[in-house]
Amino acid sequence: MVEHSDIRVVHRGGSKINFREPVISTDSRFLLCASGDHVKVFSTSTEECIHNLQGHTDLVTGVLIKPSNHLQVYSCSLDGTVRLWDFTDGILIKTFVIGYPVYSFYATSNHDGVLFIVTPTVNDKRSELFQLVAVHLPHSGDQQVEAQDFSGVLSDISPSPAATAFGRGGEYIASAKGLHLEVYFFKKQKPYRFSLKEDNRKGTKNTFTCVTCHPKDDCIATGHEDGKIRLWRNFTHKKEYTSTMLHWHHSAVGSLRFTPEGTNLLSGGLESVLVLWRYNQESQRDFLPRLGAAITHIAVSPDGTLFCTSHADNKITIIQSCVKVSAVIQGLVKGESVRTDMMIDPRSKALVLNGKPGHLQFYSLQRDKLLYNLDIVQQEYIHELGLFEQFEVVKAAFDARGNWLATVEERKQKASALEFNLKLWVYDEKTQSFVLNTTIWAPHEAQITALCFCHTTDIQTTMLVSASKDGHFKAWQLAASTSTDDEGPCWSCDFVGAYHSLIPARCCFSADGSLLAVSFQEVVTVWSPASWELLTTLSQPPGVIRDLCFGRLSCSKYLLGTTTRNLLCCWNLLTCSLEWSTSMDVSLLLADPLSENMAAFCCQAGCTDLFVFKPSEPRPLFCHKAICSGKVTHAIFAPREDMLESCEESSQWLNRSQIYFLTQHMDLMMFTTKAEEEKLMASCKQLVIDDSVAMTPFHLLLGKHRQQQQDNQDALSSLSAERIQLPQGSVAIKELLQTPAHVLPSTSVLCSMFVQSLLVSITDAREASKPTEEEMESEKEEEESEGEMETSTSRQKASESLGTEEVDSAASALSKAQVRELRRVKKLDYSWLSGLLDS
Amino acid sequence: MASFKPTKIQVYPKLGEKVTQDTLYWKNYKAPVQIKEFGAVTNINFSPVAPHNYAVTAFTRIHIYGPFSQEPVKTFTRFKDTAYCGRFRSDGQLLVAGCEDSVVRLFDVSGKVALRTFKGHTKAVHVTDFTSDRYQILTGSDDYTCRLWDIPNATELTSYQEHTDYIRCGITSKLNRDLFITGSYDHTLKLFDARVDKSVMTMDHNQPVESLLLYPSEGLLVSAGGRYVKVWDLLKGGQPLVSLKNHHKTVTCLCLSGNGERLLSGSLDRHVKVYNTTNYKVVHNFDYAASILSLALAPDDESIVVGMTNSVLSIKHRRSSNTEEAAQQRRRPAYRVFVKGKNYAPKQDDYLVSKPVKQHLAKYDQQLKKFKVSKALDTAMESWTRFRKPEIPVAVIKELDRRGTLKNALAGRDEQSLSQLLNFLIGNLVDPRFAPVLVIATEIILDIYQSVIGQSAVVDRQLVRLQELLEKEIDYQQELLEVLGMLDTLFASSLPRKEVSCSGISRANGLVQGGAAASGPQLEAS
Repeated sequence: MVEHSDIRVVHRGGSKINFREPVISTDSRFLLCASGDHVKVFSTSTEECIHNLQGHTDLVTGVLIKPSNHLQVYSCSLDGTVRLWDFTDGILIKTFVIGYPVYSFYATSNHDGVLFIVTPTVNDKRSELFQLVAVHLPHSGDQQVEAQDFSGVLSDISPSPAATAFGRGGEYIASAKGLHLEVYFFKKQKPYRFSLKEDNRKGTKNTFTCVTCHPKDDCIATGHEDGKIRLWRNFTHKKEYTSTMLHWHHSAVGSLRFTPEGTNLLSGGLESVLVLWRYNQESQRDFLPRLGAAITHIAVSPDGTLFCTSHADNKITIIQSCVKVSAVIQGLVKGESVRTDMMIDPRSKALVLNGKPGHLQFYSLQRDKLLYNLDIVQQEYIHELGLFEQFEVVKAAFDARGNWLATVEERKQKASALEFNLKLWVYDEKTQSFVLNTTIWAPHEAQITALCFCHTTDIQTTMLVSASKDGHFKAWQLAASTSTDDEGPCWSCDFVGAYHSLIPARCCFSADGSLLAVSFQEVVTVWSPASWELLTTLSQPPGVIRDLCFGRLSCSKYLLGTTTRNLLCCWNLLTCSLEWSTSMDVSLLLADPLSENMAAFCCQAGCTDLFVFKPSEPRPLFCHKAICSGKVTHAIFAPREDMLESCEESSQWLNRSQIYFLTQHMDLMMFTTKAEEEKLMASCKQLVIDDSVAMTPFHLLLGKHRQQQQDNQDALSSLSAERIQLPQGSVAIKELLQTPAHVLPSTSVLCSMFVQSLLVSITDAREASKPTEEEMESEKEEEESEGEMETSTSRQKASESLGTEEVDSAASALSKAQVRELRRVKKLDYSWLSGLLDS
Repeated sequence: MASFKPTKIQVYPKLGEKVTQDTLYWKNYKAPVQIKEFGAVTNINFSPVAPHNYAVTAFTRIHIYGPFSQEPVKTFTRFKDTAYCGRFRSDGQLLVAGCEDSVVRLFDVSGKVALRTFKGHTKAVHVTDFTSDRYQILTGSDDYTCRLWDIPNATELTSYQEHTDYIRCGITSKLNRDLFITGSYDHTLKLFDARVDKSVMTMDHNQPVESLLLYPSEGLLVSAGGRYVKVWDLLKGGQPLVSLKNHHKTVTCLCLSGNGERLLSGSLDRHVKVYNTTNYKVVHNFDYAASILSLALAPDDESIVVGMTNSVLSIKHRRSSNTEEAAQQRRRPAYRVFVKGKNYAPKQDDYLVSKPVKQHLAKYDQQLKKFKVSKALDTAMESWTRFRKPEIPVAVIKELDRRGTLKNALAGRDEQSLSQLLNFLIGNLVDPRFAPVLVIATEIILDIYQSVIGQSAVVDRQLVRLQELLEKEIDYQQELLEVLGMLDTLFASSLPRKEVSCSGISRANGLVQGGAAASGPQLEAS
């Protein structure tokens, strides 16, 4: 088979937002955080993502507001660059090439133009030793600058960004590693080292985990592995330092931060409690408990009104300084394993999988946003090391319409038997979420191996089948309760099935719900759910059945199964015989709910290949070798919101639904076609243009003429190239309607213009037909502006001269703010006014 | 910030009978009034008109009782031998009864002497009834014949001799004056039309027919005979609809509830069963002291009257619901109290200050929230919850175990609180619902306190009791396993030997499973 070059595997959202400490802008309106190889800008009040600063080619490892300009932000990345952004507009200003992977970086206002970066000592990513290096950023007008002025500050430091901090006014820098705290004074140019004695009592260690310095006072606060916080003072003299110990946390301190005025110290850790210590009155503490997951970072806004905490479950909580949660930004939660498979909620089309402990998360794939978490276990989560035996959601299933959700939670206990419950949730229209309907304690005698709903929409009563290691499978049905004391209908067991006391592993309903296939080790049994008769048995030894799947639509007569002995079998249910089989190590078999297509992920030589095929056709529709390294065990077909109309044969299978999969490293990936990517790019550009809207008429006038000027000078000016010209008429009408009546000319003047504006010009129509071809477009725009120039000659001249003057001066020395203003003005359309002037 | 999630108290399904609408309805009768008759009560018939007196046929007498009287308002004693089947006419004026001496007598309800006597049968007459035009009488006799008589001139109109055994039940149509149905010990039911000279429909019940009942619409016929109650669809030519086998002795009488939605059957097995007439499932069951021969419901189910072989007539009157409701209403606070201030709609420029909703937590949850584990356990162990709601202490123990702090909570107790704990364990350890949790707690207690055994007489005594309890439980479990083994062999031998059909086996597994679940605690205890 040919490799299809136009279908690519791409990362699809869901990256970590808790990787590094978030940054709050000076006005407390924005929150910036590193997310994969992007930097995301969130609004602190609405929790929405405003900009996505793209440009880095590797993991972003730090975000920092430029000390000399609070509207600009630095970001560093493992790709060896530091980039400067304007985060309010989402524009990349400069790229500084460092040349070494940057693990974290620091800056203070005291050292202007100097960045302190943490890089491996040897230029090798695997190296264990890290050093702190001061980089003087060169002043240059170029977009991309190579930084060359390096000077080492400290060697052998911890790569963790929390382990290093600047002291009061940037006079010294404190860095901790292992049991040593090192303070480097810039004036004296020499480091002091403080060491702690090793203390291994009760298995806890007193190694340093984080360091922070008081902003107004000579005081360093350090957090330790054993939950203690030490305040170091008087460290300018090596022998006479003092340290105070604060102890509240019972396990490692995750993060420490002083408020900007230094009145409070914030600390957080595994307990997921934010502790606020009063500086100098440490016995007084405030707590903000139950934040959901272990605190990994704490950040404070420069004006001290907002705190924010990053949590281990990929969440950022924004907290007002009166210790009240005001907003929660939640990313996709990715635990060590996805024990419930990935599912699609039929109602919201959201991806559903394990989230926080004991929760299911609903994650919108389209918007890359976590919609909500559904609390399945409904128990207080205990944050404690070594207490792993909590209830976990292990299985979940949706019925065809999304009305019912079934979940299985289990808890492994040391001494006694496994504890597990089956819960059934009904969708409540009023609250728009799932509400617990039935809880079945210990539905089976042993672990549940599979759970599936009958996937018919017309059947009145839905049916759930659960297979268990106790050798039985049970069918559950919704029944009206006979007794008077409980209200609604609830679920009860309808049938218990078994086959030669073998253990059922997989179960699957056919698309119309008339057949149930249950695999019992090597044997597949086919049952009729209506009468619970065993219809037939299919088997293809050797090898235990690993996956089982019915064909859909025109292929519904086929049943596909994979075995542990690397066999993919397809049975014809009409003849009850094997149709075909092939030898491949299928790790995952999936059926597209909207088409006949099936996807098989095969593991081969450490890589995973994808085959898409129809059960009825011998040739695969599509195959992609080595989509990622490692085994793919979780994947899902997600239906598209609107059908893609691709006619290329190779990408037709992606028309109705997209395929998403999780790699071994829990990255959410998907397949895209070229056409799709282009469309996405186009829409991105459109969005940028739409940002700029109404202005005063004078600005419009000026701006347009300046733009024309520039167009003439530089036909390939990026802004005009990106522009998609709107029909002039509609703009004129819009502006006409928006302008207050008392500033408009008389109606008799307006009338002809208005009528004219309704006519569709030929150039517009032509242009609309080719919106994607950018060069053509810009040319046309040029023509158009020329035409306009001819009509209004006298004014044009005047403004032209004005425009040139402006441009000249702008080119010579313009402040950043002015340049931005200029850009915005350029984008505006004032053509309605010129039309008005013509008439 | 998420709020504290309270400990979940597991809800256990209530054992025993489920409370349904039907059980509530049929249980709402007062304690029965028992009247001793002279002999077995063979028939009870309610008068169709207002005071709804009922005629009770027992031995050689027919008593007529008023709705609330315990003494007969009227007695007919002019029978030479056992009387049978005293029935009212649809206007409640006349009463007809058969007799062992083959004479059928017609009485005026207010009179004493028979108005008419119908002679012609050669053997005992067990069946008498009025036709719907009120001028004729149907009789059925042990001489295998059934006859129609004219009341005004006491003559026999027609005679049918189609049955080949005793006719012991019969009923006339309330809608058509010519139709009647008889049931006989020859296992058949026959539908006769007086306008033709032979039966028009025959149904085979397969058992001697004891009782017949027509639905008010007269489309369905119910017959009782042997252990079976069968329902026939007359409109489909006598097609059998359902066959019910819920009694384990002969069903002797049938009756329909006032609204026609429930069917009652009385049997020699001393039970009265109530069926739902839409799905024919038993919804309720009454127990009586002796075999039931006759059964009748007053209009609107105001009372249930049952006659038994030990010549006792049992009358249950419906509880009047008015008084209780009034009492309940007095207790409730006024509606005003609840809506006070809640229905106030804010005006347009009002500033709404929302009060934070305070989460109510049980006392043990409040202590758990503060990580006071021992105190939480003590609170849950308070005597009221310990005795009335053992699931609460069990749930708290389970929660502590989940938090990994059960050992801390159980340790460091003095004699009194330890004995309290042990008492609770003795009371609930062998309960299969609580055993998995309590076994863990017991093991931890034994581990913690094994060093102080012998220091306190109270605790020692309780530990000995606990040991005895466990030994007894182990014996029980062993016996249960033996029974299980016996059942398994029984099932294995009774099942048809078929290779493919596994559904039968799997049904049986349901039973096996119950037994296996019960054996769980035994393993842990040992």
